[in-house]
Amino acid sequence: MKPVRALILASLCASAFAGAAVLKTDPAKSSVAAVFKQMNVPVEAKFKTFTAQIDYDAAKPEAAKASVEIVTASMDLGDAEYNREVAKKEWFNTAQFPKASFVSTSIKPAGPGKLNVAGKLTIKGKTADVNFPLSVKTEAGKQVFEGQLPIHRLAFNIGEGEWKDTSMVADEVVIKFRVSAGK
Amino acid sequence: MQRYSLPAIILHWLIAFLIIGTFTLGLVMTDIPGLTPTKLRYFSWHKWAGVTVLALATLRLLWRLRRRPPAYPGNMPAWQSRVAHGLHGLLYLLMFAVPLSGYFYSLAAGVPVVWFGLFPLPVLIDADPALKPVLGALHYWLNMLLAALVTVHVLAALKHALFDRDGIMGRMLPFRTNHKEFR
Repeated sequence: MKPVRALILASLCASAFAGAAVLKTDPAKSSVAAVFKQMNVPVEAKFKTFTAQIDYDAAKPEAAKASVEIVTASMDLGDAEYNREVAKKEWFNTAQFPKASFVSTSIKPAGPGKLNVAGKLTIKGKTADVNFPLSVKTEAGKQVFEGQLPIHRLAFNIGEGEWKDTSMVADEVVIKFRVSAGK
Repeated sequence: MQRYSLPAIILHWLIAFLIIGTFTLGLVMTDIPGLTPTKLRYFSWHKWAGVTVLALATLRLLWRLRRRPPAYPGNMPAWQSRVAHGLHGLLYLLMFAVPLSGYFYSLAAGVPVVWFGLFPLPVLIDADPALKPVLGALHYWLNMLLAALVTVHVLAALKHALFDRDGIMGRMLPFRTNHKEFR
């Protein structure tokens, strides 16, 4: 067996044993989108490709872990030309930073169906500590996690040069997500 | 010769200049490659102006229904008066159809219209990637038809002023004049 293959196999086995409660996400019923205001017009752009790893057991929520990886080039503004533009250096610089990520550092129960999540958000090579409320409910035998995370795009250098003008594109951006996952 | 009423004259010229400006801006902004703040600004202005035309056209139609325009001179051939009425009817139709097609084009693209950046206008249809190019083409061709009909309208008015010298153009001029062409 080739060493690389052996490594992949080993890590697959390891993750299968270590993460007994890791849920399988259903991409068709999950979504991540950025909502922002452009000259006061609310615009929503979905990220078409992302993966979410959620390790959650309703019986012991404080042991939960979550991580999300988003392919930045998959942002869809509904126009092929604009999609190419936001991949450029001034925006997501997808060539150098192909992925944005979130990794939880603590998840605490906050009432029925609610969790408080803290973690590290990395976009365009910049990492920031973030906190946000997360709701969890059961839908057709799957756990559905939903939440909104408000961020400031300029803190992550999203929109450089002339795009720093927040009267054109507001600094506040809300990352809206929904992850449907089950065993 | 009896002139148009003052509100009819004001609305005619206000809408005329707005249409010429909005049409020109539409050509300029769609010619800007890529994505620039100027382009986004022009798009917003274009939409604000288009909605303004729609609002003024509504006022104008209401006024037109309340107050009939002065009759054509008795010696004008019947066919000319029929063609003039037909052309005016089409221009009225396009004063509504052009901004409405643009409005729905923007909605289909997932971008609602916020008039002057202050007043969010109703989102009557959801973003629709299949409908977007159809409405885009419709908006473009309705504009080309409008440009052609406005050209005919202007040439006809000039014909009345310069060749027929029957005072028909003078009825809509914003000022009274004793030039023989307009009397």
